[in-house]
Amino acid sequence: MSKDLFRQTKGGLIDRSQTISFQFNGTTYQGYSGDSLASALMANGVYLTARSFKYHRPRGIVGSGYEEPSSLVELIGDEESGNQPITRVQIRPGLSARSVNCWPSPNFDLMAMNQYISKLIPAAFYYKTFKWPNWHFFEPSIRRAAGLASAPNKIHHQGHYETRNAHCDLLIVGAGPAGLIAALQAARSGARVILADDGLESGGSLLSQHLKIDGKEAIEWVRETTASLDAMDNVTRLTEATVWAYREHNLLVITERSPATPNVFQRSWRVRAKHVLIATGAIERNLVFANNDRPGVMMASAIQSYVNRYAAKPGKRAVLFANNSSIYAVARDLRAAGVELVAVIDSRNSVNDLPEDLQDIQVFRNFVVEQCHGTKRLRAITIKNAATGETTKIVCDLLGVSGGWNPTVHLFSQSRGKVKYDANLATFIPGEAVQACQCIGSASAIFTLQKVMQDAVQKTLEALNLDQGDAILLPQLEPEAEYSIEALWHVDLNESLCSKSFIDIQNDVTLSDVHLAMREGFDAVEHVKRYTTAGMGIDQGKTGNLNVIGAIALKNGCEPDEVGTTTFRSPFVPIEFGALTGIREGSVYLPYRHTSITQWNKDHGAKMYESGARWRRPGYYQRSDESFQTTVNRESRLVREGLAVYDGAPLGKFEIKGPDALKLIDMLYTNNFDNLKVGMGRYGLMLNEDGIIFDDGVTFKLADNHYFMSTSTGNADAVNQHMEFFLQTHRPDWQVKITTITTQWANATLCGPKAREMMHALGTDIDLSNEAFPFMAMREGKVGDFQARVCRVSFTGELSFEINVRSRDSLALWETIMKVGKPFNISPVGSESNHVLRVEKGFLSLGHEADGTTTPFDLGLNWIMSKTKTDYIGKKANEIRLAENPSRWQLVGLLPDDREHLIDESAPITPGGRRESSEGFVTACVWSVVHNRVIALALLENGQSRMDETIYIRRKDHVVTAKVTAPCFYDAKGQLLRS
Amino acid sequence: MLQISCPFCGPRSEVEFVYGGPLKDRRPDDVSQIDDSTWIEYLTVPKNPLGPVQERWWHVRGCGCWLTITRDTRSHDIIESEIES
Repeated sequence: MSKDLFRQTKGGLIDRSQTISFQFNGTTYQGYSGDSLASALMANGVYLTARSFKYHRPRGIVGSGYEEPSSLVELIGDEESGNQPITRVQIRPGLSARSVNCWPSPNFDLMAMNQYISKLIPAAFYYKTFKWPNWHFFEPSIRRAAGLASAPNKIHHQGHYETRNAHCDLLIVGAGPAGLIAALQAARSGARVILADDGLESGGSLLSQHLKIDGKEAIEWVRETTASLDAMDNVTRLTEATVWAYREHNLLVITERSPATPNVFQRSWRVRAKHVLIATGAIERNLVFANNDRPGVMMASAIQSYVNRYAAKPGKRAVLFANNSSIYAVARDLRAAGVELVAVIDSRNSVNDLPEDLQDIQVFRNFVVEQCHGTKRLRAITIKNAATGETTKIVCDLLGVSGGWNPTVHLFSQSRGKVKYDANLATFIPGEAVQACQCIGSASAIFTLQKVMQDAVQKTLEALNLDQGDAILLPQLEPEAEYSIEALWHVDLNESLCSKSFIDIQNDVTLSDVHLAMREGFDAVEHVKRYTTAGMGIDQGKTGNLNVIGAIALKNGCEPDEVGTTTFRSPFVPIEFGALTGIREGSVYLPYRHTSITQWNKDHGAKMYESGARWRRPGYYQRSDESFQTTVNRESRLVREGLAVYDGAPLGKFEIKGPDALKLIDMLYTNNFDNLKVGMGRYGLMLNEDGIIFDDGVTFKLADNHYFMSTSTGNADAVNQHMEFFLQTHRPDWQVKITTITTQWANATLCGPKAREMMHALGTDIDLSNEAFPFMAMREGKVGDFQARVCRVSFTGELSFEINVRSRDSLALWETIMKVGKPFNISPVGSESNHVLRVEKGFLSLGHEADGTTTPFDLGLNWIMSKTKTDYIGKKANEIRLAENPSRWQLVGLLPDDREHLIDESAPITPGGRRESSEGFVTACVWSVVHNRVIALALLENGQSRMDETIYIRRKDHVVTAKVTAPCFYDAKGQLLRS
Repeated sequence: MLQISCPFCGPRSEVEFVYGGPLKDRRPDDVSQIDDSTWIEYLTVPKNPLGPVQERWWHVRGCGCWLTITRDTRSHDIIESEIES
């Protein structure tokens, strides 16, 4: 059986008693519980797992965790999702995965020809070449050939995502040795601690290394520590939980991939932490030489993880290549796993720190690997004496590389902490923190276990303001060799080999690409990144970035700190959109607001619209034999000729009360409210301070110092903000209180010539005569059984009574109206017919005519602009504007010569209908039921002085001519609404 | 997401607030007395300093107060939080 060849017979953190079947690229394999997809495939001898991003070169497994740059898979079936590093997918029964970016398989990939023409398609090739007719013409096919997995098209069925907010004293990111000991220290002191780690289990690097703690295997210490943490109430320990964003004021975002809660796929935590300890460890970087991407070339630390944690055998004949001392622990573990170690290539010249127990290994000191041989699998390497240039070939099928260790400063950098270059360690290390956070352990460039633990405990004491006396006892540790490194940004190669030397494996960026970018003048690190795409995408600079910086430094003859780093962006790992939104999707994403009669409306065939501010209101009530237009025509005629009722409940409503209430209203509206009598209302226009129309509505005087204001539906919140802002920041000494009563009152608006008869039929103690209850008056009394405020206002131009009742009475009132109104042939009407009727009247509508650019003068509303008030909001701005006598787009009516066909709203008007810049546009166009033809409103340059002119409306393939008229098509004197 | 201190409610998350622009001088009692260029300047030219800036935030999903926050534009540090009186 194959597993005998590629799996050790004992050891590792896998459970050999539990065999799990899974599928990869259509073939069924077996692994053990505890295996990742990567380790299980490796133990089955599968080495070719991917094709590369651009050139479709064969690729294998390179890393062992989130840093994996090479093999990305998409999951198929219920767990469908794209672009997962193969190393982060746990195998489980029924798992089915496939490689991204190859077809039909990584072994036989039709796009593999790209690698043979790689010299023809260097960095920026696509952008330079596909310029005509434009990039977007070619983009779809290029994206198909390159790129990553397609987006999942199925929705998960049996569960949901979740988000959670949390607070803590200390958030520890990473549960390796530093994170664990810090958590223990903090937890024992009583602090509220959250410990989050990306891995399947806590332990970090201890899971992959053979170390002794307190005389036992490190894993024993890890499990004892986690057990004592789990026993404490003040500790929340999360596994498979990646902290991927560090935002302002110590807000961090964690996504848990497999929460224990049933039916929860993933859970995101937004944690506001008093203090953060970043114990994210370090990521090993690659070495750059020719064909360094062949399957069989892996990070040395990944090899260590596969042989120790998963008891796999990644190859049979291994060579290790490094510029630092960490390679020797890997050498030791490889031999213990029964893999033949052929040689160690150590590029360092000056240091000899070969451990005592490894003296029999063949070490090539001051040598480098020049290139790899083999295509779908590594077969041999050529090594080169750095001093003499002499080369030797070594046959091997596994090459472990280590270019040194980069502290994982991504989160630290996101927190706006600066990183600084350390020449001794040949890497960027965290500098001074800006927010309340500290890096601990190898994230702060400490690389021996003893010092890591001391550092972690010390910084935890500091973070929590504890004394030295509170320090916990450190476990007993074995002595370890100091870390030593000599920078090697890339092997010295001829240009032909440079073009096959990958500096960013994930994005298929070669050393040649970096050199090309610099030759073309893009020599700053941020430019190199954008020109070549190095460090972009899922990788976000985990494996390749420092080598890019090093390559630039070598070319420019400077130090890496003079080159600087690129920005580390969140998310640190790919995050599913679902995990961001949680349960807020579909109908609960932004819930609708309903009036008391929404259900009645739906039951009676209303097509519901959003009428602003998430309110749902009927658009029209279509009958089975009607088209949309016949429905709207019927409803419009009903208002003009008979009786209709309209649900006006969502209208914004406020009560304004206090000795300075009138002062406030006079400041907000352009017209004068001084002489308004109790029981009467007045239409008002509200401007911004820049003189532009902001809102309109009617305000009634209920009593001295007590007003009832209505605003447009969609603008109610904005008006509230506008009023509170003015009062609280500009006039805090005024005595006025504003109360929002939008939802306290609902209304049914009776409109049409028969409205008064209907009011009588309903039965009321209010005198309905035009003298006692004139237009723009409000009367309180009983309507039927309901206590009501009845207002005579009209948006349709017809006689109207707006019956305002308590929201809880609204449905009963509505049903009474329907019953009593039967003899009048009453019917509900929606916002579509209201729109027709208001266009016939030329009443302005926010979002149509008042579109955020128009002043009252543009709309011909000069009559409402008080000349006697010395001041109101927006007055001065309009005076300044008018003084300049500018050419303005003004509201006009249009009678299109084509009487039959509606014109789209926002259709442009141009001089002569020519293809020139527009001189206006159509703001609304409807079928008028009083004229039986199409009519329109428009904003037209200097329109008020262009009556009877012919103007030209440009459509896609024709021009519509129209005659300019006054913006009112019906009852210009307003006798009907006053009747 | 910022954490903003409200003098009434204590430290609260930014989602409870609405931003109201940089602090301006209180609107004069009679704007008609102001000359045009001063008024245009007042309306259209916000200060945009590097460092501490005073701005308005409305605690609309909290106590409903308009606050004046002093925030450092370099670091997001909120130095002071008060209400108009």
